[in-house]
Amino acid sequence: MPAIRRRPFTRACIATLLGGLLFCTAAVAGETRVAVAANFTGAMQAIIAAFEAGSGHRVQASYGSSGKLYAQIRNGAPFDAFLSADVDKPEALVRDGEALAESAFTYALGTLALWSFDGGDPLARLKADDYRRLAIANPRLAPYGAAALQVLAHLQVEETARGKIASGESIAQAYQFVASGNAELGFVALSQLVEGGATAGSWAVPAQLHDPIRQVAVLLQRGRDNPAATAFLDFLRGADAAALIAAHGYRSAGE
Amino acid sequence: MLFSEEDLTALLLTLKLATTVTALLLLLGTPLAWWLARTASRWRHPVNALVALPLVLPPSVLGFYLLVFMGPRGPLGELTQALGLGTLAFTFPGLVLASVIYSLPFVVQPIQNAMEALGRRPTEVAATLRAAPLDRFFSVVLPLARPGLLSATVLGFAHTVGEFGVVLMIGGNIGGETQVVSVQVYNHVEALDYASAHRLSLVMLGFSFAVLLVLYMFNPTTQRGQAR
Repeated sequence: MPAIRRRPFTRACIATLLGGLLFCTAAVAGETRVAVAANFTGAMQAIIAAFEAGSGHRVQASYGSSGKLYAQIRNGAPFDAFLSADVDKPEALVRDGEALAESAFTYALGTLALWSFDGGDPLARLKADDYRRLAIANPRLAPYGAAALQVLAHLQVEETARGKIASGESIAQAYQFVASGNAELGFVALSQLVEGGATAGSWAVPAQLHDPIRQVAVLLQRGRDNPAATAFLDFLRGADAAALIAAHGYRSAGE
Repeated sequence: MLFSEEDLTALLLTLKLATTVTALLLLLGTPLAWWLARTASRWRHPVNALVALPLVLPPSVLGFYLLVFMGPRGPLGELTQALGLGTLAFTFPGLVLASVIYSLPFVVQPIQNAMEALGRRPTEVAATLRAAPLDRFFSVVLPLARPGLLSATVLGFAHTVGEFGVVLMIGGNIGGETQVVSVQVYNHVEALDYASAHRLSLVMLGFSFAVLLVLYMFNPTTQRGQAR
């Protein structure tokens, strides 16, 4: 410490820093922690930036698979809100008494895309059975995977596809299987292709070929009295967020 | 029924994988350990480091590299395709290859340690009795290195059973082919089917404890530093 005492300039710097910190905490109205399904990462980052700029609140997002986040929330993880990749997990949290039923709403509809990495019309290849592996998200774990199975049934190619499916634990892994060339075809999220800047060589699956992939957000017990949390969920419902969500390859929920 | 058919398949597949991998590793690892224990080559340090690499590498790194390496544009993928074998990701042979790499140090190191602890004297004595090099290896070195071989077998087997990250990265969750118990537990947890997750996890816990118990019961000398 003597080094500091001898240097008024250093002391002034530290004082300014501390003062700045105090000022910042005073200016920020609040902070909230939100658990977010990993597939929504890109859109969430854009939404957080817009929200923080407009409100002065701070949002700390933790990204993970909905199943893991669910387990963490049930076991006391400090989250105020949960943006799930499906409907089931928020519903289960409401049943568990961890979330507020009236706060739940669909914040985005996932869009499925069939993608082939090495070019060619992916739909034609799927129908012609011209591939060795088809990557999908595990249908048991991810709504994108369940939707992919419905599309296969709809296109009447489930027989030819059956022995060729490789399922990833998440839609991110399905994407990775195709991107690394280990699967010639894959059902991925359109949002991932938008993120990767490569929507070429993909077929955006028409929404009527599968049940809607509803991604539901819910306020958790812990966040009920946190103004930053409720303000964020309000923002998520609004038009500004809807535009960002659409730009990232999701369909807006459009009540 | 305690386990679903899927879970039983996963259990059997895990045993099959661990048995195959352990057998391969003993075949490949024993000569490698012998070479490492005896050589003065300057390559021994890099080789030692390579063998130990899976101990410190995150499984996600290994799995990611394997996925790229085995893919159609990766060097191994190009080789297997040229041989008409297709690519290895999402197949049982692919899983075997990944596990052999992943469990290599757990087999090589105990054998190598046991062989180094022997010193040169036993083989030199055998040589004076006119035992040929191969004979010395099989009737002197291997029997004397038995505790190391036992540890290697048990650890290699157990470590393969416990493998998760690499399989998750290159497996593709195919029943009877790549869906092993650790991945199945993960699936159950992710699907909120905690009852099934508990049942399989309990099997893993019991198995792991039993394996280690056997290891310590039948191999007490190494634990007391009396191997020499």
